[in-house]
Amino acid sequence: MLKDKDRIFQNLYNDLGSDIISSQRRGDWVNTKELIDKGREWIINEIKDSQLRGRGGAGFPTGLKWSFAPKEIGSRPHYLVINGDESEPGTCKDRDILRFEPHKLIEGCLIASYAVQAHVCYIYIRGEYFIDGQKLQAAIDEAYKKNLIGKNAAGTGWDLDIYIHYGAGAYICGEETALLESIEGNKGQPRLKPPFPALIGLYGCPTIVNNVETIAVVPTILRRGGQWFASLGREKNTGTKIFCISGNVNNPCNVEEEMNVPLKELIEVHAGGVIGGWENLQAVIPGGSSMPLIPKDKCETLTMDFDSLVAEKSGLGTAGVVVINKDQDIIKCMARIARFYKHESCGQCTPCREGSGWMWRMLERMARGEASKDEVDMLSDVTKQIEGHTICAFGEGSSWPVQGLLRHFKDEIKKRNKFDPIIKENKNIPYLVDQHLLDKNA
Amino acid sequence: MSLKRPAKDQPKNFEFNSSSLEAAKTIIAKYPKGKQQSAVMALLYIAQKQNNNWIPLAAMKYIAKILDMPYIKVYEVATFYSMYNLSPVGKYFIQVCTTTPCMIRGAYKLVEACKEKISKNESELSSDKSCSWMEVECLGACVNAPMMQINDEYYEDLDKEKTLEILDKILKGETPKPGSYRGRINNEPENNRKTLMDLKNA
Repeated sequence: MLKDKDRIFQNLYNDLGSDIISSQRRGDWVNTKELIDKGREWIINEIKDSQLRGRGGAGFPTGLKWSFAPKEIGSRPHYLVINGDESEPGTCKDRDILRFEPHKLIEGCLIASYAVQAHVCYIYIRGEYFIDGQKLQAAIDEAYKKNLIGKNAAGTGWDLDIYIHYGAGAYICGEETALLESIEGNKGQPRLKPPFPALIGLYGCPTIVNNVETIAVVPTILRRGGQWFASLGREKNTGTKIFCISGNVNNPCNVEEEMNVPLKELIEVHAGGVIGGWENLQAVIPGGSSMPLIPKDKCETLTMDFDSLVAEKSGLGTAGVVVINKDQDIIKCMARIARFYKHESCGQCTPCREGSGWMWRMLERMARGEASKDEVDMLSDVTKQIEGHTICAFGEGSSWPVQGLLRHFKDEIKKRNKFDPIIKENKNIPYLVDQHLLDKNA
Repeated sequence: MSLKRPAKDQPKNFEFNSSSLEAAKTIIAKYPKGKQQSAVMALLYIAQKQNNNWIPLAAMKYIAKILDMPYIKVYEVATFYSMYNLSPVGKYFIQVCTTTPCMIRGAYKLVEACKEKISKNESELSSDKSCSWMEVECLGACVNAPMMQINDEYYEDLDKEKTLEILDKILKGETPKPGSYRGRINNEPENNRKTLMDLKNA
């Protein structure tokens, strides 16, 4: 288990209070000026050395992202945008940072803004977290009062204003370009990339978008050194991470652990075990609802980091671990997730807008045992039609969980759904697959 | 995608009251000059708060004028985001999360409780018109499942019985205490904490 002294979020459970005095006692804002005085290059290199990867789901190296910001401020100002639109089912880590460790986030904003030369930082918070956002606002007000942000922030000579922008219940705004659209006052529909936000982002200006947790760990990394952070976890999967363990466990909780921690340790030690015992485990969604589920036999030895989960055809995502035991109907669980995606599709791309509804309706029928045998393959085809054919990664996010279900629980679906196909003739013709493309690849 | 329809009965006029106007001005100032359209989401939210939890079409026209943008763009935003109510939902608006992490911990028991106490169908006002309920997607409190949101506050670690108690209070016009209903502190593992123990005992 990670040693307590290596935990970055000492106030994860609010034992100490989130106000500025308590935060300073924990080490926040202590020598911010000295850190910034070491210069932009030093900060970015230190973050590169730490091998910090974004905590919002995609796991893009943070130091590298910052280095994409133009080196000089041109005619257009730079912006830093913090993504706190935490909406991925199974994930509730950023909320605890907003309400219990707001000063880690605000100090991180100052350092990151300096590194990417932004004078304005917007923190986008999902609308439902209004109360938690108010707590962050109170912390921002405290920081202004103490001159830690604002003009000549913390005596560094850098000016920084931080504003909160609330979302209004759209999952898609967690996608960075949809988030920028939302800040601009439009509906949250993702933009085509390229151009990437680092060059053309908010109001057409260079913009760096980072997750709340990513930014909140930055001050501690700089204080303790990139090497310290890199010494935790393993190569390219370094540091600590807040895991949210929910679902059928005895003690659902958030806990900060080392990267590459065994999944079984998270569930058995921190979350008090699976309800009904380990043997009653059916499957685990390892990284929020977009990530394909992992069946029990693999959970035994699985370690939780970006690369080891990719090797299992899943992903760390947001590290929202949803435990599903054998008392649950796995097809129904996935049908509900499919309904989530059907509800949250922004409607911009046809494969996603239509396909997410198809997947949901088919899974609902499969859960009731009303589908025909051949529909299993048809469903698989539908997921393939969505994946990779949409502007943003929502297409993957909605089809991967269904693919995970088909990969590991196909027999369960087939056992329950024995209806004969409605169209019996020509049943070897795949329904939707781009046959010509498949032939070409074969 | 979800469908939203504006209410049939619409008030003719809408205007911000002085405190709403004050709040709106502060928000518009957050954005660069000429980019006041960015404030549209916050202004819709203010309108919703002022108007008993829902946004009439007149408010959208009013906001369009304030922000110097076309009415249809405000309408577009108001219909896109799920948190804007376009018809009356009552003084207490109850949202029950039923996405998978909550579902597998019994969220549909909460829905049952709402059906018994408030109204048979979702998005339907209670008989005294004081509240309504609806199923919503993940509210981001998964380790405190099942949970629901009433207006701005989260009510966590619920079961059917506790939900019924909460709803009883609401129907009496009281505001129940938010937070965990199993008495646990925030997101820590209940009675099973293994980390940061020195701080807990300090």
